Amino acid sequence: MADEKKVIVEIKNVNKLYGDNHVVKDFNLDVYEGEFLTLLGSSGCGKTTTLRMIAGFEEPTSGSISVEGEDIHNKEPYERDVNTVFQSYALFPHMTIYDNVAYGLKMKKVKKPEIKERVTEMLDLVQLGGFERRYPSQLSGGQKQRVAIARALINKPKVLLLDEPLGALDLKLRKQMQLELKRLQKKLNITFIYVTHDQEEALTMSDRICIMNEGVLQQVGTPFDIYETPATKFVATFIGETNIFDGHVLLAENGRLHIAVEPGDFVVNGTDFISGDMLSVSVRPERMLYSETPVEGFNLSGTVKDQIYVGSVLKTVVVLSNGNEVKIERLAGQELPKGGRVYLYWNDGDAKLIHTFDNVFASAVENIVME
Amino acid sequence: MAFSKHNFRSNTLPAMTMAGPVTLWLAFFVAVPLIYVFIMSFCSIDEAYNVVFKFTTANYQRLFDPNYVQIYGTSLIVAFLTTAVCIIIGYPFSFLIARTTSKYKALLYMLIIIPFWTNSLIRIYGWRTFLGTNGWLNTILTTLHITSGPVQFLFNRGATVLGMVYCLFPFMVLPLYTAIEKLDKSLLEASSDLGAKGPSTFMRVILPLTMSGIFSGSIMVFIPSLGYFFVADILGGGNSDVIGNLIERQFQSGNNWPLGAALSIILILITLLLVKLYQKAGGDMESLGV
Repeated sequence: MADEKKVIVEIKNVNKLYGDNHVVKDFNLDVYEGEFLTLLGSSGCGKTTTLRMIAGFEEPTSGSISVEGEDIHNKEPYERDVNTVFQSYALFPHMTIYDNVAYGLKMKKVKKPEIKERVTEMLDLVQLGGFERRYPSQLSGGQKQRVAIARALINKPKVLLLDEPLGALDLKLRKQMQLELKRLQKKLNITFIYVTHDQEEALTMSDRICIMNEGVLQQVGTPFDIYETPATKFVATFIGETNIFDGHVLLAENGRLHIAVEPGDFVVNGTDFISGDMLSVSVRPERMLYSETPVEGFNLSGTVKDQIYVGSVLKTVVVLSNGNEVKIERLAGQELPKGGRVYLYWNDGDAKLIHTFDNVFASAVENIVME
Repeated sequence: MAFSKHNFRSNTLPAMTMAGPVTLWLAFFVAVPLIYVFIMSFCSIDEAYNVVFKFTTANYQRLFDPNYVQIYGTSLIVAFLTTAVCIIIGYPFSFLIARTTSKYKALLYMLIIIPFWTNSLIRIYGWRTFLGTNGWLNTILTTLHITSGPVQFLFNRGATVLGMVYCLFPFMVLPLYTAIEKLDKSLLEASSDLGAKGPSTFMRVILPLTMSGIFSGSIMVFIPSLGYFFVADILGGGNSDVIGNLIERQFQSGNNWPLGAALSIILILITLLLVKLYQKAGGDMESLGV
């Protein structure tokens, strides 16, 4: 990651407490200039609080936030070169669309003709030319959203903060706005920090995703990295579907690991582990394979509980001897008899091995990932 | 769709049974007395001051008596001052209780309501005791040698306005509180985010969005302050009579009910005019309790 990319926002050891409630825990993150970074996590994970600390609506309890190398601790929101797109849009209901978009420029005492020119240009950019005289109450949700984006972008912020901006839109409009936001971001080359709980949205739009859980940063990486090499068990289960086997290493030699899990054991490639290590093995449903005859190196079998066609994909659920269910997806082919015995296996490299030394090790992994 | 719109509409009996008593109540206690006052305002009185049903417009002609016109003027000035003072004190106060995150929020709100539980007449007499020549305030001032003798606080326009403000303050605070409470916090954040400092945010966002509260508060203070005769009586001592005093006198010492009725009709018309203006200006009728 040590490219010549310029760090624009640096969050260092930030903690946020509301009374006894530790919302953001020792948070470290570098955001690069011009990237689309998503803070992803379920509600209450501290992602919005992090965003609000960058905007200046909340003060970190400890730690520092810098924009372009300058600590913004003592700066009021109106002094910061960042702008926010609010979840509720927060358009001024008593102002026209023109006045809403012009608000930031008026505050900067920009001359009237220039304001007019820039507002017109910005409204064209978000495809709302001709809406100048309307009021927010006369617009649809999607249109309000565009006004909110235009109102923030017109100030040419160094960083645009977006707090679940598409949350209130219906699915179709949301998909369309996702692409449009991405287009705007590329075109204007402004750094976007985007908060969402929708993993699909995050995968679609982001250059990098930062996954948070209960105030702790879990992993930062490209959508590919996050999906393919989850750093923690939380990330593996949060992004996409996966099958998790908890167990430990029986024997590690010559780059091969003999791993025992509750309902069986298997041998996979792996070097980062020594005998006795606790670990979780994550195998995506589309990488899980099965056979009706035993497979060498794998001692993992179960019975077919269900098979469902979903268009071109055949979804199979297999129940292991300990009652756990394994999900398998593959291109539609021959169905298996219900209740039949199958032997599970996968190709080397398709299983992700995750240390489960719990938090101590998890945070060490995060630090490695961030460096 | 077991309950279609049609079925619901054609079933009018419940609507009748619900609205019926209310209609009767309103007809009996509002419409009938109003009509009575209206008719009386066109009646005459005989030598013994008895009301006789003989049509005359003399009562309305007397309304333009210069002495009366002067009292209308005083009354309007008192009402304006009362409203202005209520806004100036009420706005910051409402802002404070609406925006505070303190656990005492409910208590602060209650402090406004509690005096309502005591009769306003008694509370106004309380002020008279407090401000009187031998009252608490003067005793304190003379004892501490801040003033050489008692100060005349009472029996002027200031005292009347003070009493009016004291009585009507909650009517300003409640609509203001509602308007400020409704103000979306994210709008203030958005304003700040877009580069506006506190005063700009106040002038451009907070004030325009709470103007409806100021409007309804003003209506609810202005109109009663034209009629609160007992405040002008007890604290103003006849030096700052309001329209209410005029009306009260016709029904009491003046014993000229038809003239009092005509004055009442005028007061009702002023009230309706103000409410209409308020409505024209985009005021929300619901916040007047209508």
